[in-house]
Amino acid sequence: MSIASVNYSSNGTVSSESEFSSAQLSIRNVTKVFAGKRDLFSKLSGKTSRDFIAIEDISLDIEPNTFVSIIGPSGCGKSTLLNMVAGLSDVTRGEILLNGLPIQGPGPDRGMVFQNYALMPWMTVEENIRFAVETVYPNLSPKQRTRNIKEQIQLVGLEGAEKKHPHELSGGMRQRVGIARALAINPQILLMDEPFGALDALTRGFLQSEVERIWEQQRKTVIMITHSIEEALLLSDRIVMMTRGPAARVDEILEVPFPRPRNRETIDQHPAYHDLKAEMERHLFRETRAVEESRIR
Amino acid sequence: MAVSQPTLNKTSTKISNSNAPWLNENIQALGLFLISLLLFLLFWEIGANLKLFAKGMPNASTTLKELWWWSTHPFFDNGPNDLGIGWNLLISLRRVTIGYFLASIIAVPLGILIGISPIAYRAFNPYVQLLKPVSPLAWLPLGLYIFRDSEQTGIFIILISSIWPTLINTAFGVANVNPEYLDVSKTLGASRLRTIFKVIIPAALPNIVSGLRISMGISWLVIVAAEMLLGTGLGYFIWNEWNNLYIPNILVAIFIIGLVGLILDNIFGALEKFVAFGRKA
Repeated sequence: MSIASVNYSSNGTVSSESEFSSAQLSIRNVTKVFAGKRDLFSKLSGKTSRDFIAIEDISLDIEPNTFVSIIGPSGCGKSTLLNMVAGLSDVTRGEILLNGLPIQGPGPDRGMVFQNYALMPWMTVEENIRFAVETVYPNLSPKQRTRNIKEQIQLVGLEGAEKKHPHELSGGMRQRVGIARALAINPQILLMDEPFGALDALTRGFLQSEVERIWEQQRKTVIMITHSIEEALLLSDRIVMMTRGPAARVDEILEVPFPRPRNRETIDQHPAYHDLKAEMERHLFRETRAVEESRIR
Repeated sequence: MAVSQPTLNKTSTKISNSNAPWLNENIQALGLFLISLLLFLLFWEIGANLKLFAKGMPNASTTLKELWWWSTHPFFDNGPNDLGIGWNLLISLRRVTIGYFLASIIAVPLGILIGISPIAYRAFNPYVQLLKPVSPLAWLPLGLYIFRDSEQTGIFIILISSIWPTLINTAFGVANVNPEYLDVSKTLGASRLRTIFKVIIPAALPNIVSGLRISMGISWLVIVAAEMLLGTGLGYFIWNEWNNLYIPNILVAIFIIGLVGLILDNIFGALEKFVAFGRKA
């Protein structure tokens, strides 16, 4: 808790968490349709396309301070869902409420960690984080700002790399910067889009443990998209399993009962571990096979 | 162990071999360059002395002597038709600098404005595509008619022919900024202006600089051609020596033009590296 203690909540961001329910984030009957091309120009050039229903009627409530993973076969609209929560993509039908208020677009109350890090290559590690802090808290005194940046760099273990540019860092270190940048603006919810997808297996495992450690300190609400069953089991409180697209839905939500702090070496000794893992494998295997079969036809 | 021992020895001898100076690739390339240069000069010298080439073709030693003389006496002024090559070079560089600078301060902001809006990008593209392939010299009569002054006409031609690469590259770079950078900016809630100055322009900088590099190359190509018709500068120096029918000096001027162009290009090449930050060169 102490790490995230720089408290800037001037506009009451931590206020009414439960006017409607206990949910901090509430996804209600959300449908996403990518409109096809049917205008005159496309018709003339023979390039018309049909509407594509990516997500159909998804509802999901997320309580504060929970770590939620979304897992599903590739192309099932996980990223689309996350982008809608981030406000980067419009909701076609339904609504997404954050603390009871509908999301109107992107905003710093949600911090985003990108799969390919999305660090600005011309900025040093410190400048990348500073850019985020300056954008979100322009009125912070330079002293407070520098202290905040320093805290984030310490939190993700990047001391000594402050003055380096992203191309001088390994993939794992780049993603640490990505996480530090997202946390530096002190968001209510952290959104992570396959944060370890571009990393090799060893770095991936190491960074997962780091995220577990950081999460223990801050206990922020996190929504993470992943392909990895072990990753989801290690980090999450709840796992949302989605069906294949098009018109993807929520298939099942698993509660992960393991006590925290968790440890990757000992987590599989928990009695429920193997049942949960088997359940997820069954689901993913079935959906992935259906995706493959639909491609052949 | 017995098997691995000999291979270990082999690799170690290989390493010591590649440390030998004559096997270094840079030194090999330099050696090849020097040998080919020597053969070329020898062929030129003997061929010219045997009158194998065009009539009046100077030999290599005369040309090199002239090169030495002009390089050691760059700044003298005996009237417009007998001006040291240093002065002529400075005159050319001054025209290029002014024309290129004007072109750049128009092209970069305009390119950014065009690149930011996809509609503007498509709307203005036809102008650029139409005017870009026009030969610089085609503008010469128009420039002379408008300005009635050779100096201003020279600058005008530099401007009009070097504006396009910078404009196109800037607009392209700005229009094709990695969408993830823009997503970062959006999720932070950055203002449009902050996004443009802090994200879009720095992200497009490698494209802008390579546009500036191409433009600089074109300016240097164009100035020599334009000056043949204008009265001073390196281009006029060549034209004047053609009228004197003194070929060695023409060759000297060609060498100096090439050398200066090389230096200018290398400066921009270094600048490109400086703004790349690990992105493709």
